[in-house]
Amino acid sequence: MVNPSINHEPQPSQPVGDLASSAASTAQPRPTIDQIYKWLASVMDPEIPVLSVIDLGIIREVNWNGDALEIAITPTYTGCPATTAITEDIEMMLRRRGITEIAVNRHLAPAWSSDWITSTGRAKLEAYGIAPPQLAGHPERCPRCHSNNLFRVSEFGSTPCKALWRCQSCLEAFDYFKCL
Amino acid sequence: MDYQSAYFEFLCRLGDNALILGHRISEWCGHGPTLEEDIALANIALDLIGEATVWLELAAGVENKRRTANDLAMLRDAWEFRNVLLVEQPNGDFGQTIMRQYLFDAWHVLVLTALAESRELPVAAAAAKIKKEAQYHLLRSRNTVIGLGDGTPESHRRMQAALDWSYPYVGELFERDEIDHTVEQKGVVNQSANLWDHYYEEISSTLQRATLQIPAAPHSHSGGKNGQQHSEHLGHILTQLQWLQRAYPGAQW
Repeated sequence: MVNPSINHEPQPSQPVGDLASSAASTAQPRPTIDQIYKWLASVMDPEIPVLSVIDLGIIREVNWNGDALEIAITPTYTGCPATTAITEDIEMMLRRRGITEIAVNRHLAPAWSSDWITSTGRAKLEAYGIAPPQLAGHPERCPRCHSNNLFRVSEFGSTPCKALWRCQSCLEAFDYFKCL
Repeated sequence: MDYQSAYFEFLCRLGDNALILGHRISEWCGHGPTLEEDIALANIALDLIGEATVWLELAAGVENKRRTANDLAMLRDAWEFRNVLLVEQPNGDFGQTIMRQYLFDAWHVLVLTALAESRELPVAAAAAKIKKEAQYHLLRSRNTVIGLGDGTPESHRRMQAALDWSYPYVGELFERDEIDHTVEQKGVVNQSANLWDHYYEEISSTLQRATLQIPAAPHSHSGGKNGQQHSEHLGHILTQLQWLQRAYPGAQW
């Protein structure tokens, strides 16, 4: 029954339906949890496309339950519309990889904290022009010129997770990822 | 009253407060006095609507009648809503909106703090999550009330008028009835901490810094939380909020 010609790691560009139907879950060993985490690192936040769901720290659990893959995800902000899009993106990516039984569950506890953004994630944020969250409650430096002569324009910004600041040295406005 | 019904009503109250206030302040979208305030109000509206989803999902699960959070939000009529009157009141000017927000936020954070200790674990988890967002709202509404109250003669006058207008709606936030007693007995919320004392401490200190006078408040409006007498404004909100689902039942985004 096992067809050795089926590629264990299909290319993401292949259509979803083909693989889901051809790669029956019993026909090949199921991917390891480590492998799933590696794949999840390719799913990006739709609002901050340099950050993966792993960088954001919103993946709380990944487990096999028989042939079903269960993933627990926690929202950054309860009303953030990106959470719905992220859930769909995760499911789509996994289906492309041949996993058909997927349950993405939302966990509210423990509540997400901006401390869970990984250090790689923080570096990517700054390189992208968004100042990473700081426990002090304000950005440490301008993500462009690194000046610390900063001015808060608004406590809120273009998405629920950001506030708007301006650098008084280079005069550029920039987003600051709020501390939550 | 049996526990399941009381618990359902209790969750609807939390959800409806967030939903109606969230909708109210979303009305500012595109009309804020400055771009930053416009964005801030829209963001707070989004947080509140996210909160409403959480409570109404829990309520739908407790009710167990195959209704979803969307059904509760979009298909109940005015008399089935359980929000306090404060949140359904018109926005008025920006000062009135911010004063209403502050009076709500100060209460909201206290309630969520108490609920984070709930014996109903889904309630505790939701409250701990939402509290983090509500604290940020309070930080901003408190500072804005102080800035405008202790601002120009015109902003001061408007903020005092906003307080005089809003204050008679505060009492309802602290009313307790059979539903509250029933859920308290089960440890959904611990009422040993006196919320009013903490609330009054918070608002009197802020309003003093804002150079505003708390009105004597000889009367207190109520009837929203128990659904017995909503103001006329709720029906008007629902005509907007629910229009799409009423006109095109089952429509999906």
